[in-house]
Amino acid sequence: MFFLDNAWLVPLIPALSFVVILLFGKRMPFKGSEMGIAAVGSSFVLACGAAVQWIQRVGDAEEGGGGTEHALGAFGAVIGRIGEEATEGEHGPIVESVHNSFTWFQNGGIDLHVGIQIDGLSVMMMFVVTLISLLVHVYSVDYMKGDRRFTYFYAALSLFTASMLLLVVADNTLMLLVGWELVGVCSFMLIGHWWEEKPNSDAAIKAFLTTRTGDIGLLCGVIMTYFVVQQGTGTGSFNIEDLNASAAGYLNPVSGTLLFWCAAALLLAIIGKSGQFPLHTWLPDAMAGPTPVSALIHAATMVVAGVYLGARVYPVFYEGLNIGETNINLMAAVGGITVLIGAALAFVQDDIKKVLAYSTISQLGYMVMALGVGAWTAAIFHLFTHAFFKALLFLAAGSVSHSGAHHSFDMKKDMGGLRKYMPQTYITFIIGTAALAGIFPLAGFWSKDEILLGASEGDYTLFLVVGAVGALMTAAYMTRCIYLTFFGEYRGGDHAHATPHVDEAEHQPDEDDRLPDHGHHGGPHESNRWILAPLWVLAAFSVFAGLFNATWFDIDKFTEWTAPNANVFVELQHHEFDVMLALISTAIALFGAALAYAYYWRGLGPQRLSERNGLARTGRQFLVNKYYLDVLYTDVIVAFVKGPLARATYWVNQNVIDNVLNYAGKGAMVFGRFTYDVLDQKVVDGAVNGIGTITDSAGSEVRKIQTGRLQFYAFMLVLAVGVFALALWIAA
Amino acid sequence: MLLNQFLLLSAFLFGTGIYGVLTRKHAVLVLMSIELMLAAVNINLVAFGAFQGDEVAVVGQVFALFVLTIAAAEVGVGLAIVLLIYRNLHSADLDDVDSMKG
Repeated sequence: MFFLDNAWLVPLIPALSFVVILLFGKRMPFKGSEMGIAAVGSSFVLACGAAVQWIQRVGDAEEGGGGTEHALGAFGAVIGRIGEEATEGEHGPIVESVHNSFTWFQNGGIDLHVGIQIDGLSVMMMFVVTLISLLVHVYSVDYMKGDRRFTYFYAALSLFTASMLLLVVADNTLMLLVGWELVGVCSFMLIGHWWEEKPNSDAAIKAFLTTRTGDIGLLCGVIMTYFVVQQGTGTGSFNIEDLNASAAGYLNPVSGTLLFWCAAALLLAIIGKSGQFPLHTWLPDAMAGPTPVSALIHAATMVVAGVYLGARVYPVFYEGLNIGETNINLMAAVGGITVLIGAALAFVQDDIKKVLAYSTISQLGYMVMALGVGAWTAAIFHLFTHAFFKALLFLAAGSVSHSGAHHSFDMKKDMGGLRKYMPQTYITFIIGTAALAGIFPLAGFWSKDEILLGASEGDYTLFLVVGAVGALMTAAYMTRCIYLTFFGEYRGGDHAHATPHVDEAEHQPDEDDRLPDHGHHGGPHESNRWILAPLWVLAAFSVFAGLFNATWFDIDKFTEWTAPNANVFVELQHHEFDVMLALISTAIALFGAALAYAYYWRGLGPQRLSERNGLARTGRQFLVNKYYLDVLYTDVIVAFVKGPLARATYWVNQNVIDNVLNYAGKGAMVFGRFTYDVLDQKVVDGAVNGIGTITDSAGSEVRKIQTGRLQFYAFMLVLAVGVFALALWIAA
Repeated sequence: MLLNQFLLLSAFLFGTGIYGVLTRKHAVLVLMSIELMLAAVNINLVAFGAFQGDEVAVVGQVFALFVLTIAAAEVGVGLAIVLLIYRNLHSADLDDVDSMKG
């Protein structure tokens, strides 16, 4: 069990690599990139080892009839207790997770632990994060070549990976919080990588502050879940398995109100981090960062942290929001809304990366919706497959921009017809699109289908419809994206005359400055192998990753491997594959693609409707302005805070608080004067001086009998003995 | 024989010793008076030792022997001190030795 017990090495190696790159990166032959690749590569190997051992463990548990090995650490006692009560298979399969922790410090009777908890979910996440990160590291070697902060970029990538891995292996909510915040800081650093341009640093700040809004929820949630554990086990703890067992109701009863507020607070954290409505606005702006970073943020780190949190402490949501008992709940609603608004916004974007960003929002909506309708496995399975094809799409978009569009991302101005120049990028992009749209038998088909299945079996008909409409829209906007990028005529023009297009969406710095050794830009051409290799690896995963849970063919390895320990988790539903549903969802996706094909290739349908029809124009305007959410945030909320609220606060400050403070100060002064004059000078000083005087005069009296004459002393001694003897005699 | 006779002898000797210690000026006479007091104590110890019921236990007598030994040593040290005082002050009068006056 080496790889499982020592999974803490997986986040530690990139963290050390961060320090090494920061200190010595510039002196290395490849400016630190080799260090980053080596570190993440070794983490990847360790993660693979952990995955293999975990799969063996699952196999052993099935043969041996339930968890044979007892978990180590503080949780062992609780496990043992419920292990006796729960008969095997009552809640589902029991494969105990691997624990390895030590006490960090104790304070006021609370033990704070640092440790790892490795189960199927963590192993899956470790695999995805290290794999995507490794490919992004490789990809960046060429993509970021000649960047003025190349070394710094690799250092930040390492820290980013390490933070996400820390979050994934954490066995308590405090460590998870630390990883969560580190991820936020790293994304801030990387989104603002080219901070010389004002919009880039603005985007970084926006991403940071928006996610921080959600982090308030996480902080409150972590504090409240401590008390959930206290109610459940009797002693408060931040341990995640304790929390899950308490929330799932296998221990002492926990207050439902408390669970609801925990779920609400943690849902706010998910909304902030995973770009759910209405805090999704930072995600498209985060496109200001370098493309490999976008791929990493959208596929493996950062945004999936929210979904991971939801999956990790799922019993809190399940019980707190009554998932599975009602036809609608907060989590599913947030996810469902996000699916639709993200997909709708993707239609009006000219920037290829923004299309993908809104697509990510929409897909994250699917995952949250899946959690909301009780389809836990479907949610993390979609997370798993989505990581591959979304990373693929981003890296392919980066390849298009890097080699085909003069570092622009504007599909309408600088792309078009690129399939002739960049055949490999074109094919991999098509694969990614097909996987995203859920075309059989690519990865997205299986995971999306499972979500729809979960929604339909769980009586969430509304969300089944939302999911289906989302699938239609996904296929359509991706087809539009392919059309604008790879078909039609090349619109980039001659590089000598084309100035890099800069608008609010497009923040590439001066490319000559950034990429001094890329002087060979003639026309569009295929990228080199540093960029293509990761694309093909991801394309392979996008094709085959779904087969881990190809329920149609009775393969449910993914479900089996990631199944949480049923002793500490709510009961999960698994549904039979529904051929009709799969056919319908695929047909819907194909229909969406066909619609877009007809519109763009064939010129059918109402072209330029928005220029002729007022209603359509208003609708388009509404979408282009992103539902005016940014306006709401900056012009209404922020302006209110800056204007009237700030003035009112200032007035209150000047007139109320200052007066209170002044009078309090004056009162304190009067009291102080009284204390000094009366208490200090008279009482305290008098007592001290009095004692001194008494001692002094007593001493000068007593010294008179100190004659120095020995016989006088002896006389006194005899006298005293005589007196005592007399006293004793009288007393007797 | 009665215990009281020994005790009375001892008390008389002790009183004489105390009188000597308190009144004599010469240091050697004071030392000699102290010896008288010790002797009185020894008589007490031996008398109590002899009159206690157990014939085998000679605790009082042994104790007296120890007192004699210690007294010899004490006189040795005391005389040496007196000798040094005489050398320094050219007098053995205790009234002259009052350097510890407060």
